[in-house]
Amino acid sequence: MNATLVFLLGLSVIFLLLMVFGIFWAIKSNQFEDMEGPAQRILMDEDDPMLPSNQLSDKHK
Amino acid sequence: MAQAISDNGLAEYYHNRTSLPGQGHEVLPETLKKLVLYDHPEIQHSFVIDVGEHAREAVLILEGITCAACVWLNERHIKQLPGVRSVEVNYASHRARVSWDTREIALSRILQEIQLLGYNAHPYSALQADALRKTQRKKDLQRIAVAGIGAAQAMMLSVGLYAGNWYGIDPGTVVLLRWFGLLLTVPVVTFSAMPFYRAAWSGIKSGHLNMDVPVALAIITAFIGSVWVTLFGGEHVYYDTIGMFTLFLLGTRMLEAGARGKSVESAENLLKLQPAMATRLRGGEGGEQEYVPVMDLLAGDWLLSKPGETLAADACVVAGESSVDEALLTGESRPVLKRPGDNVIAGSVNLEGPLTLRVTGVGESTVLAGIVRLVDKAQAEKPPLAQVADRVASWFTLALLAFTVLVGALWFWFDRSQTLDIVLAVLVVTCPCALSLAVPAALAAAGSHLIKRGILVTRGHALETLAKVNHVVFDKTGTLTLGKPQVVDTRLFAQTTLTRCQMLASSLEQASEHPLAAAFARIATTPLLAVMEARNHPGQGVSGAIDGVQYTLGNQAFSAHSRSIPSADLEARYPGATLVWLCDEQCALAVFVLADPLRTEAADAIAGLKACGIAVSILSGDAPNTVRHVGGLLGVDAVYSEQKPQDKLARLQALQRQGAVVAMVGDGVNDAPVLAGAQVSFAMGSGSDVANQSSDIVLLSSRLTDVQQALESGRATLSVMRQNLFWAVAYNLLALPFAAMGYVTPWVAALGMSISSMVVVLNALRLR
Repeated sequence: MNATLVFLLGLSVIFLLLMVFGIFWAIKSNQFEDMEGPAQRILMDEDDPMLPSNQLSDKHK
Repeated sequence: MAQAISDNGLAEYYHNRTSLPGQGHEVLPETLKKLVLYDHPEIQHSFVIDVGEHAREAVLILEGITCAACVWLNERHIKQLPGVRSVEVNYASHRARVSWDTREIALSRILQEIQLLGYNAHPYSALQADALRKTQRKKDLQRIAVAGIGAAQAMMLSVGLYAGNWYGIDPGTVVLLRWFGLLLTVPVVTFSAMPFYRAAWSGIKSGHLNMDVPVALAIITAFIGSVWVTLFGGEHVYYDTIGMFTLFLLGTRMLEAGARGKSVESAENLLKLQPAMATRLRGGEGGEQEYVPVMDLLAGDWLLSKPGETLAADACVVAGESSVDEALLTGESRPVLKRPGDNVIAGSVNLEGPLTLRVTGVGESTVLAGIVRLVDKAQAEKPPLAQVADRVASWFTLALLAFTVLVGALWFWFDRSQTLDIVLAVLVVTCPCALSLAVPAALAAAGSHLIKRGILVTRGHALETLAKVNHVVFDKTGTLTLGKPQVVDTRLFAQTTLTRCQMLASSLEQASEHPLAAAFARIATTPLLAVMEARNHPGQGVSGAIDGVQYTLGNQAFSAHSRSIPSADLEARYPGATLVWLCDEQCALAVFVLADPLRTEAADAIAGLKACGIAVSILSGDAPNTVRHVGGLLGVDAVYSEQKPQDKLARLQALQRQGAVVAMVGDGVNDAPVLAGAQVSFAMGSGSDVANQSSDIVLLSSRLTDVQQALESGRATLSVMRQNLFWAVAYNLLALPFAAMGYVTPWVAALGMSISSMVVVLNALRLR
């Protein structure tokens, strides 16, 4: 019984370390700098004809 | 700053410096040596302002400030240094405004003293503050992440332990679970809770108890107690409580820092509008172009501003014509036309054509930096309510610690097994965080909300006073009206067209510098005509020949043709207006009615104020019939005309004696005394600097409806402050007896304390 518990707890510690590692990486790579931008950005289309670069490529077509 | 040092070729200086002058006997750490660099005039140039022959003033960013007590400590310590004239630390922005005498003390010495206190001071420059905030935020997030993960896992283990208590558990498993709990809590105690120890330690060192002392005590006591139980056996471990307490406290502080950060950033964002590089013209107009850092610009330099560029410095237009967008500064989105002789402000965007500029102000002396300093000043001046909260919190901590010792001693006497539980609960539940946060959180939230709408609160007490205002007094010219005469009506007399008359008038006035001439420049729709023999007749008008015909433009008496035309009806219709007559060689062609029109939103603003039950009156230096006319249009009965500045002030004081709490809205130099005399005052952003300096609130966008907006915001802020203070005091008083009697377990206490702080911060964030 205790052996199973030790194994599972040990496993949980490994997972925890992975979690901490993951979150620290996310913090380091500026993912928490802008909490609103990404939510807005997903609503904007990259093929929006209003974008100047897309206007150019439209003309080429 | 390192960039600035190498930019100025001062790396050499840095290498050669090995000791501080006059401090040679003391071996100083590497970091202290660096401070001497800040004494170099070349470097001070970007952040130090001269306020007298030997007096200097600078804004420093303080690193390591976690609570109001740290602010107090720094203020008190720096103030007592010889040669320091004044110091004000802004809790919201962590900035200290220090002024000192160069004969008695050097800046490096001040910085060094701050370091000895356990804080870090850097001279303020916008970029550096930003980087500092970012690393601080990242560190905080890491601490929260570790505390969160640790708390969640420790809680899982606790569930096992509690269940074991109930259903029975193998003693070996209990020990195992406790050891894992210990393992998970070590990072929380040593990493996440670090800021509390640091703040508590500096508080103890200075003999000033801050709220971090009980926090740190609670964490350390709980941890040592739990380790003891884990090693030698006992009733309870508190690993879950430690994790939760730390997590919630860090979370609340993060929220609070967020609210403060917003108000600071909106002020600082103004500064960041300035670009880093600019195009300088060497040797004046048409000279060689060179690309230089904005830091190197000096007043008097010639600049070239290309369309689309942000202006780097305050300047005067020398050549070229373009519209610029000053929206970020004034909230006004309409582009403003700039011609030679006009002033442009750093941070505005050049929209149309190239401009040749002569720099009038750089860095700290720009209008933009001035606005940021005004905000700084407002935030440093704590309102009375906040000062009370600060003092109370510090006494509160002392009383609390004494009480905890007493309770602990009593319980130790009667029931030894419960002592640790009770002491922990008392320490945790009564942390006066909510009390300290109550007022600053509300002010920060309201300030950042208002500045986004173009309402700049420059003095701290203003928001509190606004809530009590029951009488608003307006100045007329430049406040209710635009302050610039415009052509409001035209009447034609001869066989001609309106367009032709307008073109003739604009052409005739193009050389004139009379204030009325500007009104004609605005009505021209076609290119101007060439005027021969243009002549100015002071006090009468202008004359000139266009296409061989002699024209006159001026008052009625100027030309014989206009004298015979009756004008009484026009004068009755437009009281206070100026009539300008256009005549050719045979007859009068047209009459232009020039008046100072009301701001479009003036009527709405006044109607809105009246609807709220606020009395409105107008004080003006203008003639009675003009003022009465304006009063009639706006529905204001209490109008006072022909008021000199001292009359205005006397009138205002009479109102105040009758018990009115007066808000004054004005714009001009003549309004400055009355603005200063009113309980709370608004200046139009387009008005004079003197008016802005002596007012509490600047309406950057010059929108009159903002007055009501600000009043409402003031009321909301005051009620939130009161709610917060009431909540904080009530919570602490209620929770204390229960905790002392042992009805509150430590984890419930942690939850209660955190929720009370969170309620205060969230309540403040409601202000939007």
